[in-house]
Amino acid sequence: MWVLLLLPFVGLLWVPFYNFQDPALFGFPFFYWYQLAWVPITSILIWIVYRSRTPDDETR
Amino acid sequence: MTADIDWVALTVFIFFFALVTVMGFFAARWKSGPVSEHLDEWGLGGRQFGTWITWFLVGGDFYTAYTVIAVPALVYAVGAYGFFALPYTVVVYPFVFAVMPLLWKVAHAKGHVTAADVVQGTYGSRGLELAVATTGIVATMPYIALQLIGMGVVIKAIGLTGELPIVAAFVILALYTYSSGLRAPALIAFVKDIMIYIVVLVAVVVVPAKLGGYGAVFSAAGDAFTAKGGATGLALKSPQMLAYASLALGSALAAFMYPHTLTGIFASKSADTIRKNAILLPAYTLLLGLIALLGYMAYAAHIKVASNNDVVPALFKELFPSWFAGFAFSAIAIGALVPAAVMSIGAANLFTRNIWKSYVNPDISHAGEASVAKIASLVVKVGALAFITFLPTQYALDLQLLGGLWILQTFPALVFGLFTRWFRAEGLLLGWAAGILWGSWTAWSNGLKPLATLSIGDTNYVFYVGLGALILNVAFAVVGTLAVGLISPRSVTVRS
Repeated sequence: MWVLLLLPFVGLLWVPFYNFQDPALFGFPFFYWYQLAWVPITSILIWIVYRSRTPDDETR
Repeated sequence: MTADIDWVALTVFIFFFALVTVMGFFAARWKSGPVSEHLDEWGLGGRQFGTWITWFLVGGDFYTAYTVIAVPALVYAVGAYGFFALPYTVVVYPFVFAVMPLLWKVAHAKGHVTAADVVQGTYGSRGLELAVATTGIVATMPYIALQLIGMGVVIKAIGLTGELPIVAAFVILALYTYSSGLRAPALIAFVKDIMIYIVVLVAVVVVPAKLGGYGAVFSAAGDAFTAKGGATGLALKSPQMLAYASLALGSALAAFMYPHTLTGIFASKSADTIRKNAILLPAYTLLLGLIALLGYMAYAAHIKVASNNDVVPALFKELFPSWFAGFAFSAIAIGALVPAAVMSIGAANLFTRNIWKSYVNPDISHAGEASVAKIASLVVKVGALAFITFLPTQYALDLQLLGGLWILQTFPALVFGLFTRWFRAEGLLLGWAAGILWGSWTAWSNGLKPLATLSIGDTNYVFYVGLGALILNVAFAVVGTLAVGLISPRSVTVRS
């Protein structure tokens, strides 16, 4: 599951994936809405990893 | 800029400023412990902040007032390239989730207050401790100065001139930080963050509605960049791509090496608090992405500014009634107080624990640590104030840029030890020195630009100096560790 944490690095740091303007969404060029979309996606990925791990003993 | 004072905006501004001042002094009694008797109380708020307080505190001091001013200014000036703040503040969270709970556990178990404490505890090396501590202090000073610059921009927009208002604001800040410690910015962060959320949500709905929608905003900005000659635009030019990605990655790795962000981590109640925050803090990143677009909205609104940093205040003054502009400016100014307070506390903790206690008075009591830190926080703030009052603004900007590069060089010393004990202190110190020297020299010789160029064959690779310096740092740390291992093989006693 921890490998999910690498996805935002791949998705955002490999710039040729998203360095163009079309297709636009709600007036936002692709470059912008693609990167903004990674914000909730990253939250969800971290949450999935958080749920899947065994809680450590000192955790409250 | 006109010298006319906008009285409505000023009244709103003074109201909110007075509100947070009262809160700042009241904070000493909030969730209270003996504030002056232990550095854990003054400098870490009692190590008891739960998920929500940490969310507001770290959100409040990581996304600084200067961000609200400078990110749109950069996007306004250079287009897509300025948007690197977004991938930066996304990829930072998987890192925080994976690494910071481990760091918290070490700090919690051993009673560490600073990054340099952790390094000293892991490697037992005074040299490495001093390197990490001085890097932290030196990198933080210009960052505090930047918060003052952010505050200065909005105070000027209200129509107040001269240094007096900013000095007054800072004296008040210094006094309540002195008396309440970390509890003051933690409490004020609630007000600041809620205000910023309101301002940005209103701005991103109302401003495009007035300007004809986001499509119109982007096309106005695109036309403006084309008219400027097309060196930058709404998407990156190919030489900019590596620079964009390496700035995002390097900044993300550096972000939680700073004393102010680490103070937020160490002040948390549990490792789980930090994990939950890695899930919840990206909400601020969404906000930041939208704030960045204010830079494009300025083109659609036909804003003309003398200095790029005036883009956001000018946009708000143009499009909003005085009372809301005043509210927005208060949000930004208060937004400067929270990080400035946490930064001065983080730097003061470093000074107290890793310089004063290590070199001046090793037998200092807990109460003694708290009083040294309180005075150090005042000195740090006065220093930052003197810096921007007497030196050109550009110095603060240049030094902050170098500060990011420097703080990134403490990464191997602080983080590697959480995963492996293979590295030796001598190697890490060598790596740190190599990273700092090469990075500073390269940035300096490029006219203080954060980018370096590497030519392989006919191709030029342009990348973030800090990240290049970090790679060099790690390489030297490996070589240094191997070399020390040959000269003096590891003793049998392993420090734990």
